[in-house]
Amino acid sequence: MTTGSPTTPATDGSEQPAVELVGITKEFPGVLANDRISLTVRGGEVHCLLGENGAGKSTLMNILSGMVRPDAGQVKLDGRVVEIDSPKHAIGLGIGMVYQHTSLVPQLTVLENLMLGEAEGIRLNAAHAGERLRELGSSLGLDVDPKATTGTLALGQQQQLEIIKALWRGSKVLILDEPTSMLTPTGVAELEQIVARLKGQGLAVVFITHKLHEAISMGDRVAILSQGRLVGAIEPAELRSATHDELQERIIALMFGSQAAQAAGVAELTQGVERHLPRRALALEPALELDNVTVEPGPGEIGAHDVSLQVLRSEIMGIAGVDGNGQRELAEAIAGQRAIADGDVRLFGHSIARLKVAQREKLGLRYVTDDRIHEGTVGSLSVAMNIVLKQIGRPPFWGRGRIRYEAILSKARDLIGRFDIRTPGPETRVAALSGGNIQKVVLARELSFDPKVVVYSKPTYGLDVRTTRSVRQTIREQAREGVTSIVISTDLDELLDLCDRIAVLSRGRITGIVENGPSAQQRVGELMVGGKAT
Amino acid sequence: MTETTAAVELREPPPREVTGGQAQLGRVSDFFLRSILPLVLALGTGAIILAAIGVDPIQYYKDVYSGGVQFAAWQDSLMRVAPLLLIAVGLIVAFRAGIWNLGMDGQFLLAAAVISGLGSRFEEHLPNTINLLLLSLIAGAVGAAWTIVPALLKARYELNEIITTLMMTFIGINLAQILVKGPFQDPTTTTPQTRAFDFTALLPSIPGTESTSRRWPGVHVGLLVAVAAAFVVWFLMSRTSLGLRLQVLGASMRSARHMGLDVPRLIIVAFLLSGFFVGLAAATEILGVKGYQRADWNPAFGLWVVPLVFLARLHAIGVIPYVVLLSLASIGGDYAAQNAGLTPQFTLLLVGLTLLFMALTEWIARRAAGGSYLPGVSYRRHRAERAG
Amino acid sequence: MTTVLAATGVFSEQALTALVAGAILAGVPLMFAALGELVSQRAGVLNIGLEGMMLMGAYAGFVAAYHGGSEWLGFGAGMLAGAGVSLLMVLFCVRWGLDQIVTGIAITLTCEGATALIFESEFAESRPTLGATDKLAIAGLSDLPVVGGKGESNGSVFTQPLIVYLGLVLAVLVAWMLRRTHMGLNVRAAGDAPGALDAAGVSVFATRSWAVLFAGAMAGLGGAFLAIVSAGLFQDTIVGGRGFIAIVLAMLARSRPLWAVVGAMLFGASLSIADWAQVAQINISTDFVFMLPFLLVLVVLVLFGRRAYLPAALALPYERGSR
Repeated sequence: MTTGSPTTPATDGSEQPAVELVGITKEFPGVLANDRISLTVRGGEVHCLLGENGAGKSTLMNILSGMVRPDAGQVKLDGRVVEIDSPKHAIGLGIGMVYQHTSLVPQLTVLENLMLGEAEGIRLNAAHAGERLRELGSSLGLDVDPKATTGTLALGQQQQLEIIKALWRGSKVLILDEPTSMLTPTGVAELEQIVARLKGQGLAVVFITHKLHEAISMGDRVAILSQGRLVGAIEPAELRSATHDELQERIIALMFGSQAAQAAGVAELTQGVERHLPRRALALEPALELDNVTVEPGPGEIGAHDVSLQVLRSEIMGIAGVDGNGQRELAEAIAGQRAIADGDVRLFGHSIARLKVAQREKLGLRYVTDDRIHEGTVGSLSVAMNIVLKQIGRPPFWGRGRIRYEAILSKARDLIGRFDIRTPGPETRVAALSGGNIQKVVLARELSFDPKVVVYSKPTYGLDVRTTRSVRQTIREQAREGVTSIVISTDLDELLDLCDRIAVLSRGRITGIVENGPSAQQRVGELMVGGKAT
Repeated sequence: MTETTAAVELREPPPREVTGGQAQLGRVSDFFLRSILPLVLALGTGAIILAAIGVDPIQYYKDVYSGGVQFAAWQDSLMRVAPLLLIAVGLIVAFRAGIWNLGMDGQFLLAAAVISGLGSRFEEHLPNTINLLLLSLIAGAVGAAWTIVPALLKARYELNEIITTLMMTFIGINLAQILVKGPFQDPTTTTPQTRAFDFTALLPSIPGTESTSRRWPGVHVGLLVAVAAAFVVWFLMSRTSLGLRLQVLGASMRSARHMGLDVPRLIIVAFLLSGFFVGLAAATEILGVKGYQRADWNPAFGLWVVPLVFLARLHAIGVIPYVVLLSLASIGGDYAAQNAGLTPQFTLLLVGLTLLFMALTEWIARRAAGGSYLPGVSYRRHRAERAG
Repeated sequence: MTTVLAATGVFSEQALTALVAGAILAGVPLMFAALGELVSQRAGVLNIGLEGMMLMGAYAGFVAAYHGGSEWLGFGAGMLAGAGVSLLMVLFCVRWGLDQIVTGIAITLTCEGATALIFESEFAESRPTLGATDKLAIAGLSDLPVVGGKGESNGSVFTQPLIVYLGLVLAVLVAWMLRRTHMGLNVRAAGDAPGALDAAGVSVFATRSWAVLFAGAMAGLGGAFLAIVSAGLFQDTIVGGRGFIAIVLAMLARSRPLWAVVGAMLFGASLSIADWAQVAQINISTDFVFMLPFLLVLVVLVLFGRRAYLPAALALPYERGSR
């Protein structure tokens, strides 16, 4: 299997590249995550690793950061071969990594988080750390309060803190794993500035992303991974000279080869092209109404404050916002898993605020939770059981308190076919399925038995392109059949692709609702940072 | 990455039946590893300890056998099965629902004290069968009632039930003593105990059985009640909607809420059912064997039963052979210990060792096969999730 | 003596002194065990086997003190025994990630069985006892009424064996350790977000292992104190649920060691009410008195337990990706 030219010749100077990965291979049970990947990373340069979810980017960087050991291949730093056997070792070698999911302890203060892992002495040296924080902060143009409790910082600031921490021991290489997934457009701009400064200081920056437009705009050099292999690279020269569309085509061609048809569905990778959605004929009656809903926040939460929303029948309403702004609280309040402290929730005009989860479910209100493994399914039970898990005790699956297996199995087979769930059989335990298929099980359950209003929470998070496409397709189909949908997502592209209107949730409040259209992206971005929609 | 990584998609792995590891290990060897080996290891270690103390292990185990099985001793062993099995069944209901009811000793003793005290009074007024039935129900009710406090605390405030049930055990044991020494004291004697039943008023025996002692005509029907209870619980857990609800609760409280289950109500139901069976166990022991209760009596069956329940993977019918084995071991163990000059608590040591070895084999088996003793836990998928 | 008795009443000096002294005698073992458990819980390990560790510590401590002639030998042996048992916890739960609750129950069961066995075979006939331990009377303060304790057989607040004062110092040390040292920071991170600790290059396993060993040693020390100082003898029921009380104390102390000390003394008081009642000549059934500490635990849990600060990653085994 030959790939596209895997390694790129050093273009400038005779210095050793900061990092060289040679023939890295890593296998996990059932999956070849990295297949003989070779990569060169240079100081003073931003090297983007582009690929869809599951392409192996994170694994590759986890090898570099010491979390994972490769099965084969070498890692060279400044020309010397090294064996990185722990994160501690990697940090000592000057490799700093900012993980996709926070590696900060929310309960500790900023300074405590920065001091974590330092080897000097028994006592904590807060003065020393404070000094260093000021030093690093000013070199990056950042200002963070050392005494603040980390969990209370905004996500953008937390990420800045992570960058500072990654650079704390003096790094030569900084790896950023999907850093923009949690940021507002403003946050992204700030990040770009920081990266530019780091570049200027001679640092080698590796930027992992699945967003094509990001790779093109942020990267000096782009390496493209697909299914564990390096399928191509874009040189700095080409990045500078070619147009955005040309680059996009080239990258798509590299990723999917001649299967251009697949490329058509890569909404995830491509920038939201100017989209003029044809106005769908919507009914005018509200299917779901939230009337000044307030939800008390639990520890570490924001809650919801005075949220009012009217979702029309068969509409697809999006709720945009950075993670942790009250989305979960709101979703659970709608579903009935959480009590509302004030206000009302109405389904087709009838108040459901006092109804429990099961009662709302019977009325057609469904909730596709974002936690498909720990909440949305019970891994130790079979696919068939999971599908009927919200129907316990009801006919035809139960009769007089006793279970009716044949009815359950036949329903399961039916749904497995309809939703294209890849499983050896309906009796397979859900825990054995891949993430995408687990999501399909959840969808199969929620979208059966006559759904009327469905709340989707991050429905395509962590899924591969194919499943993502099919999930979005499903949402559209359901809407066509009259199902009202509320899609909560941190992926703006997804919302722009699917929704008729987009509400923006910030600090637990709706800052505005935007009709989808050409200027929607910009206006949503403004609303996310607190501007008002005109 | 870290354990908080959301499910990152893998390239679609070829679909396979139950995780590959289990296919490799095979059902039989997995069963052996998990459910037999710990026993063997515990017995072996016990033998070593015996030798170290200066007791001949072979003689000891032989004595266990003769004391537990030979002649008519097996019938005594069978009678011991009744309370142990009922407690086991009560624990299974709770554990499967993810509820650690460790208060069984308090529930047991309190139920026993109440019916010991009331029984001798009722028998004067009621016909025998009704008396026995009524007392059994009362015992079950007392056992269930003693779970209400921890149940409510967990249902409403999510207070950890391990601590609350243990506290209730200590309180219950002392309360039982107060009852026996106080309102239920036998007025005809100074020994702190309740008035004994008329021995003809005890549980009838299974026809055709005899016991070694003159006291009881034979193995009492409590054994049948216990076995029936095991089947009832098995049916409940595997075939009814309530059973599935409890299992979902045991697998994940979050999922249970999400699926629309009434979690507080289920918690209380699980506790009450559990306590009821434990109370019933007390009934079989008082009404079938003892007939009265001394203030300082505390057989502490509960902790003995815990490892069995896990060995049997929380299966109500599967636990029966283990309970029989433990009964044989404890009846025989009393005899063997007497001969060897040891404390009968030695069997308790074996039981604890079994549990420890179970943890060991669990780790080994988990490496190979995934799955677990505990409901809802699957280790395989955690690993698979972190790849990619 | 009769004149003394004639002067006693519910709140007489003798009665109060008995209460205070008894509270300390009963509270110190709780204090040690709770301190250890507090650190362990803060690091994310719920140590249910504490009762078993106290028991083994009591046995080892008593034997060492009895045969060795010195209570310090006993304390040391108790610590070793407790730490030894906790090694099982380290292996099964920290290293192998097995369920902490099941393992804890197993450890307690095994220890109970082992000590019952030992008690029967060694002590049932002989029932050896230890003499009273030497006490250190703090100059001046030990002359105070009720809390002074000079000359009292059980001492009082300012007249206690040296180990008690050392224990108080330890509590302060633990508080300092958690707030101001690297080790303490690691412990806190291990309990709140072990993934972050791992990413920072610190071994979660090592941190948790040390925490659990510390808890075991402290529990053993508490048990040894119980056998050597409080009771002066050993029997298999000597711990009688105190290990579980200590677990609750640790949970309620909100990871603040000084609260653990206060709580331990309060519960010690509830455990020693029997003594106070005797001196005050109040007629309460001992069974009822024995119930009180456990009732108190329930009441306290209901009142304060909901706000108990439990570390986010408590009782969850830490597993880094595939390595």
